[in-house]
Amino acid sequence: MNVVVCVKQIPDPSVPGQLEADHTLDRSAKPILDESDSYGVEMALQLVDAAGGGEVTLISLAPNGEVSGLRTALAMGAAKAVLVSDEACSGTDALGTAKVLAKCVERVGNADLVLAATESSDGYTGTVPAQMAELLGWPALTFAKKVEIADGKVKIQRQTEAGYDVVEASLPALVSVTAGVVEPRYPSFKGIMAAKSKPVDQVTAADLGLEGQVGWAGARQAISNVEQAPARQAGEKFEDDGTGAEKIVAFLENLKVI
Amino acid sequence: MTLNKVWVYAEANGDKVTTATLELLTKAREIASTVEAVYAGGHADAVAAQVGEYGATTLHAIDAQGGMPGQVAAAAIAQLAHSEAPDAILFVQSYDGRDAIARLSVKLDRPVLTNGFSLSVDGGQLTFGTAIFGGATLVDCTLSSDAPHLIAVRPKSFAAESAGGGAAAVTNHGSIDAGRAGEAKVLEVFEEEQSGPKLEEAEIVVSGGRGIGAQESYKPLVEELAKQLKGAFGASRAIVDAGWVPYALQVGQTGKTVKPKVYIALGISGATQHLVGMKNSDNIIAVNKDGEAPIFGVADLGIVGDVHKVVPALKDAIAAKG
Ligand SMILES: Cc1cc2nc3c(=O)[nH]c(=O)nc-3n(C[C@H](O)[C@H](O)[C@H](O)COP(=O)(O)OP(=O)(O)OC[C@H]3O[C@@H](n4cnc5c(N)ncnc54)[C@H](O)[C@@H]3O)c2cc1C
Ligand SMILES: Nc1ncnc2c1ncn2[C@@H]1O[C@H](COP(=O)(O)O)[C@@H](O)[C@H]1O
Repeated sequence: MNVVVCVKQIPDPSVPGQLEADHTLDRSAKPILDESDSYGVEMALQLVDAAGGGEVTLISLAPNGEVSGLRTALAMGAAKAVLVSDEACSGTDALGTAKVLAKCVERVGNADLVLAATESSDGYTGTVPAQMAELLGWPALTFAKKVEIADGKVKIQRQTEAGYDVVEASLPALVSVTAGVVEPRYPSFKGIMAAKSKPVDQVTAADLGLEGQVGWAGARQAISNVEQAPARQAGEKFEDDGTGAEKIVAFLENLKVI
Repeated sequence: MTLNKVWVYAEANGDKVTTATLELLTKAREIASTVEAVYAGGHADAVAAQVGEYGATTLHAIDAQGGMPGQVAAAAIAQLAHSEAPDAILFVQSYDGRDAIARLSVKLDRPVLTNGFSLSVDGGQLTFGTAIFGGATLVDCTLSSDAPHLIAVRPKSFAAESAGGGAAAVTNHGSIDAGRAGEAKVLEVFEEEQSGPKLEEAEIVVSGGRGIGAQESYKPLVEELAKQLKGAFGASRAIVDAGWVPYALQVGQTGKTVKPKVYIALGISGATQHLVGMKNSDNIIAVNKDGEAPIFGVADLGIVGDVHKVVPALKDAIAAKG
């Protein structure tokens, strides 16, 4: 069984985000593997293990030939990666990203399953996975909190407002997973060393036949205004000297909710 | 000048239309002269009555064919959009809403605007507002692509107000071939017991974070206090990821947006990703033992103290009031 995993490399979220003058994201912080995608990587490794054969291939769209996040996932155990890194992709929106990633899946060629995260940590549009599935002409099983493969089919527990649905489709299919589905492993020292020599296939939008469809022009949107959100005024703060509960009761009574 | 026609992708739980759908219909009335709803699922007549009350004149009903509604709906909406030519289609930033807008964007080759919280039309030009960096920065966008514009909006961005309208006329479009998208079938539905008001609709929300210390503390500290106040209970992502409570309780950027009259944060530090889901609450109360916790920056009443001391005393005091 061959699994392709979408891996987004994002600016380190512990560094406060900023926009450049041209409204693209400031990417000077060293990119890391988006934590959201670490679950997909782990899930893929486990599924391939359980199937007793096949491999995990990573696909990523990232600026400046960034591979540090990919290396983390390769160190976890993925076999190889496709990286699309191209000036022409600057400003690419969700649909453009999906077009690039769907072409990557086709380039890899033999995928039974594509895994992505429900939403990325920095973009969080949450649309890229289903857009990819539509481009590939595949079913998409979204918001999975449990994934099983058997008899050429994938069965998931899909998170819902009130609980979960059991959803099934035949392969090949795309599944997007929520955080916490599995416990991502830490790369071993051996894994980290091995990752350095694993193949990363670097391609451009043109190589994928997507010239003119990605980047700012493809996004067909313009930013008309950027401003800081108004800060909420902080109110009163008390050290609890045993009267904290009373203060809350008085506050609630004043609002007539008790 | 407003838009001519706006569609709202309607969602329902059973036969009850979601509040977030009603919020979108209310907004759609303001920006368009004709509002219609598109819907994939059961109970079309009950749904038509509710969306009609909020301003939709027509309900385009689609057969979900036992699949995930959003995945199947897109094929039908794409066909209809060609003949009916809406200027914009609004979706809730929900599970099914995201599925539908994503597939539709490919079928129609349109960009998607997501995580919206404001929407206005001026001189026929649609402006869409969203927040990035966990709500710290507000960004307005306009689109240069052709209609229909595809827009997803976070719940609680607009107030739902009835238009007092009668039921929408139902147009049944039956089952439209969704290709392999329709192959994913819902085999079983599990609903966890839910008592009390829903998180997004409650007047009072009590949420717990890692500071409650252990999974066993959630019930006595958070759940029971919420029940005493006839409110709903929620959580930070830290304790959802830790498996203490289900994801459905998560408040924040990747969870629910709530806007209750009172939000009570117990042992929650106040990371921006949590704040974005609750900082528009009318009143915020925080209990945290760290006086420097960012949650105090948005709290109307902050108690620097231990939840294990403050909450039991609070429960006793409320109980004593009867
Ligand atoms: C992309 C992304 C999306 C995210 N989405 C969300 C989201 O939707 N929702 C969300 O909540 N988070 C989200 N997060 C996570 C967020 O950044 C924080 O990690 C999380 O909110 C922290 O949860 P917490 O406040 O419970 O835990 P902590 O940050 O660990 O805070 C625990 C607090 O409890 C206090 N405390 C400890 N003991 C006691 C005691 N006995 N009495 C009182 N106080 C005590 C501590 O002082 C501390 O302030 C997201 C993060 C990322 C990167
Ligand atoms: N540039 C990218 N490279 C690789 N995967 C991506 C990229 N953008 C999005 N994805 C995948 O799609 C998911 C949803 O992204 P988003 O729609 O941006 O919230 C992410 O969590 C990734 O799994």
